[in-house]
Amino acid sequence: MASREPLTRQDVTDVAELALLNLSDDDLDRYTGQLDAVFDLASKLDQFDVSEVPPTSHPFGLVNVFRADSPPSSVGIDGTDDNVRQEALASGPDVEDNQFKVPPALGESP
Amino acid sequence: MSTQSETSTQTDTEPFEESVLPEGWELVVGLEVHAELATETKMFSPAKNEFGGEPNTNIHPVCLGLPGTLPVVNKKAVELSIRVGLALGCTIQRCIWARKNYFYPDMPKDYQISQYDQPLNVDGRLDLPSGSSVGIERAHMEEDTGKSTHIGTSGRIHDAGYSLVDYNRAGVPLIEIVSRPDIRGPEQAKEYVDELRSILVTIGASDGKMEEGSLRVDANVSVRPVGSDELRTRCEVKNVNSLRSLGRAITYEAQRHVDLYNAGDSPRLETRHWDEEDGRTRSGRSKEDAEDYRYFADPDLVPIEPSKEWIDEIRAALPALPRDRRNALLARNADPHAAAMAVARDLDRLALDAIDAGADVDSVLKHVANNLAVDGAETLDPAAFAELVKMETGGALTATQAKQVLAEMVEKGGEPARIAQSHGFEAMDTGELESLVDQVIADNPEEWERFVGGDDKARQKMQGFFTGQIMKATKGQADGKIVNQLLMAKAKS
Repeated sequence: MASREPLTRQDVTDVAELALLNLSDDDLDRYTGQLDAVFDLASKLDQFDVSEVPPTSHPFGLVNVFRADSPPSSVGIDGTDDNVRQEALASGPDVEDNQFKVPPALGESP
Repeated sequence: MSTQSETSTQTDTEPFEESVLPEGWELVVGLEVHAELATETKMFSPAKNEFGGEPNTNIHPVCLGLPGTLPVVNKKAVELSIRVGLALGCTIQRCIWARKNYFYPDMPKDYQISQYDQPLNVDGRLDLPSGSSVGIERAHMEEDTGKSTHIGTSGRIHDAGYSLVDYNRAGVPLIEIVSRPDIRGPEQAKEYVDELRSILVTIGASDGKMEEGSLRVDANVSVRPVGSDELRTRCEVKNVNSLRSLGRAITYEAQRHVDLYNAGDSPRLETRHWDEEDGRTRSGRSKEDAEDYRYFADPDLVPIEPSKEWIDEIRAALPALPRDRRNALLARNADPHAAAMAVARDLDRLALDAIDAGADVDSVLKHVANNLAVDGAETLDPAAFAELVKMETGGALTATQAKQVLAEMVEKGGEPARIAQSHGFEAMDTGELESLVDQVIADNPEEWERFVGGDDKARQKMQGFFTGQIMKATKGQADGKIVNQLLMAKAKS
């Protein structure tokens, strides 16, 4: 079986940061161990020779699922097009000038 | 007559790029162009794709990222993207969708659906009017983000108290066209974007409006010593909102790199924002820290496998590209700049028809460049236009008169000969003109002395003086060219 670099505490810290998760030291130790076990299990697949198998992104053979480009519609959460904006805004935490009001977003999106 | 042509008739011209860097340094630029696709609805939802609507009116549970919604691909967006790939000579391939994960309020589901390791279009090329060529690495599909407005006490981003988000733009279909780092200067960068925009508009893929944000350009800029083929650390410059800004931003950023290297330092991999007012770039976020998007295949969306039949069908329906249209004029001995101008004005068809009806190429394109930048020029009857040009080159009309007749033809239509007659435009008899020239010379002996005996500069100035006097005496009916010939002949005798 191919050997695998063990998962480090730093790996888990980095991923937690990207996912905006605040993990305590205890959490980090526990998750590093648990995730390493998951990787161990997955790495058992390494024993198969898949050099001739094309990568699979989806488990079924379906391709080219399309919809037509018309007609435009705004459909609300309840499936009707009645007052979609008000319905959508009502589900946000705060609203101003018919826009969602959020904590300051600095700069452009990544 | 076919204007389709696979091969460029243009050859490499002289190195057109002005040097913007100190001796010994070379600019290396790659561009990422985002274009909003001209569809009725969004990429994955039936909400309207429209610029400038009331905030949060063109929305739908899918583009709001609500739980339990399923995105479904807009077929037209894929078709338009294939058109772009074909126009750029790309290979069109089987592709999948990927989730690009990041947290930002303009993307409510916390990931953007894009394409990553298996994009739709790869390996193309864009030939520029001036003769150079820029490689296209890929042109992939993705969805646009919403729009955040920053509200702060001073109005500056770093003072933002809070942000307001409008999701009308979230989910609008985009194509991102990524060039290879083949661009060597600001002028070439501008020419690339201009030509790309012209292609996108011609094939109906996008309206290409930079001012409305439907075409956006990010520039990856680095420098290297001349003669080296290394790729040094690049900075991605964003917030470039016009072609002019693009040129300025690239020049500024490249010089900043040279200065850093000269000081024994080096740039770091980062995103920088162009500040139009201050004419400089500012540090954004560091790419090393932030750029881990944890891409993975989107399980909600199945692969796209464009069939050969579908691609062939799209190819067959493509209109003639700007390059082919320029080449049609070049094949008739047009000046390259004049040909590019005619295509940019969308008057190349008119010009071709007039030329093929026997009108002089240069004169036709001179009118297209100088006198036809007006509404309605495209409705001009090519045969009548050709007739007008023939009258002018044949000497029946002066340049000024031809311009006047042409303006009336665009406005009201009609035959050039009839319009010329109604204005009393008749070319002056050369004998009559000559005696008038003699008269003007006799009336201005000192000026004539300076014309005959002066240096080139004085002669040029006096030539202007005499032409003006003669035009005045003939009320603009004299042919300027013949007046000049008469003046030169008399000066020599």
